[in-house]
Amino acid sequence: MPMFDEKSESMPRAELGKLQSERLSALIGRVYEKVPYYREQMDANGVRPADIRGIDDISRLPFTYKDDLRKNYPFGLFTVPLEEVVRVHASSGTTGKPTVVGYTSGDIKTWAGLMARSIAAAGGTRKDMVHNAYGYGLFTGGLGAHYGGEALGATVIPVSGGNTKRQIMLMQDFGSTVLLSTPSYALNIAEVMAEMGVDPKSLKLKVGIFGAEPWSDNMREEIEKKLDLVALNIYGLSEVMGPGVSMECLEGKNGLHIFEDHFIAEIIDPETGEQLPYGEMGELVFTTITKEAFPVVRYRTKDITRLMPEPCKCGRTHVRMDRIQGRTDDMLIIRGVNLFPTQVEHVLMGIEGVEPHYQLVVDRKGSLDTIEVQVEVSEKIFSDEVKVLEGLSKRIKGEIKDLLGVSCSVKLVEPKTIARSEGKAKRVIDNRKI
Amino acid sequence: MKVEQISVFLENKSGRLAEVTDVLARADINLRALSLADTADFGILRLIVKETERAKAVLRDGGFTVGKTEVLAVEVPDRPGGMAGVLAALGESEVNVEYMYAFVQKSGEHAVIIFRFDDIDRAIEALREKGVRILTGEEVCAL
Repeated sequence: MPMFDEKSESMPRAELGKLQSERLSALIGRVYEKVPYYREQMDANGVRPADIRGIDDISRLPFTYKDDLRKNYPFGLFTVPLEEVVRVHASSGTTGKPTVVGYTSGDIKTWAGLMARSIAAAGGTRKDMVHNAYGYGLFTGGLGAHYGGEALGATVIPVSGGNTKRQIMLMQDFGSTVLLSTPSYALNIAEVMAEMGVDPKSLKLKVGIFGAEPWSDNMREEIEKKLDLVALNIYGLSEVMGPGVSMECLEGKNGLHIFEDHFIAEIIDPETGEQLPYGEMGELVFTTITKEAFPVVRYRTKDITRLMPEPCKCGRTHVRMDRIQGRTDDMLIIRGVNLFPTQVEHVLMGIEGVEPHYQLVVDRKGSLDTIEVQVEVSEKIFSDEVKVLEGLSKRIKGEIKDLLGVSCSVKLVEPKTIARSEGKAKRVIDNRKI
Repeated sequence: MKVEQISVFLENKSGRLAEVTDVLARADINLRALSLADTADFGILRLIVKETERAKAVLRDGGFTVGKTEVLAVEVPDRPGGMAGVLAALGESEVNVEYMYAFVQKSGEHAVIIFRFDDIDRAIEALREKGVRILTGEEVCAL
């Protein structure tokens, strides 16, 4: 597959490191001068801009947390005057104020280029019909993917999320070839397609670019089977840029290339803050080295993954990150055991016939945490015999206990009782009052 | 010989059974026999109707998980020891009964019992050998 920006994407690593170092020291000089917050933080930690001469010095810099973004709401961390900002996005503020990010026209262009790289990595070209079902609005997904599709020269259908039947009609009539959505919404589309009697093989969809929520490899197989396409993983977050921070390539289909000419990625131990070597699981931390309006320095993403330095057969030299294993904040601690919803998903989808519609209900009875796994009973697993269904419950319970070390109860529920997602799926209901 | 039975998954929530019967009533489908197996968490409703495929379709459209299985409708003499005789015949040939329930209507002087076996073909053989009459689907619906 041709790369969108071959020179940058396949740059020799030594050269890439040099470029990162130059861009990093320029960035630090700029934020120290322009943003009081960064200056205070660096002063408090005894770091001067002149100390940061290259990427090896990055660990001397203090971290930036989501809370720091909130404290500087709305525009406190912008490094340029507002008249140079051409767009803002904001992330959903589930707790209090949202976090606001800004872009100059240069940033929008960079971002579009990175999204174009991403679609090209999935095999997309200007001949493609890009069906963009990411939500348009304050969320970065919709507009981010949209500009990328246009930068690539493809035809973009800005359908946004929701109204699934109409989406399927448009896929049929327009001949959509590339689908962009959250993985849970892709499954929702597949389900509605089955209800409408539409055979995915009759559509022109060849590849799906799915992201904005953690998902498992088993879920990938399920989506590929049900939509008859190749499902690839994309990653991004508004604080860093939006979608297009990293993207899986069609050739490797194993881990997402981080566009390192624009972002420096580190993996750290979330407890101690120590940098971890390649290959080890930890929290992903980003420094944006080309962003103009809203750069971040060592931003704690709370996403858990590892970096994979092995060369990739696609020819890109940029390091890959593994799929997100979970988030430090949706990690559930059940009776002292760390548990991510994606781990439960992986177990469930390993059981023949179990649909990827599930929900975890966490509660506290007395001093004991309880977890109930709700699984929908599809016709594939349904039986007229009680013992068969009870056996299934037992098997799910046993596998979760064996593989994840957590005792849970399993509740079989009727189909469609777990709410379907048109964006990010809600996997956990935590009723614990702590 | 074999009778088709529909099964429906029900969560233990009030009103769910009524919704099943309501869906069937609106489609003008008459219930010939039914039984409900219940556990602490869920129930399985098993029914025999005249138009199995149509009943399955309307229940599916109503959002239910539906299954279909084959069962036998067996004539059992309506007198003390009638059932014991039938079960003894099955026991000899080592066929297991998964579950059973009684049909509302009688067939002449006989009660009609619906059986779900682990091995339906062997059960047919064993019952025939002992001269036990098995009703066909049409006979069941005509009762």
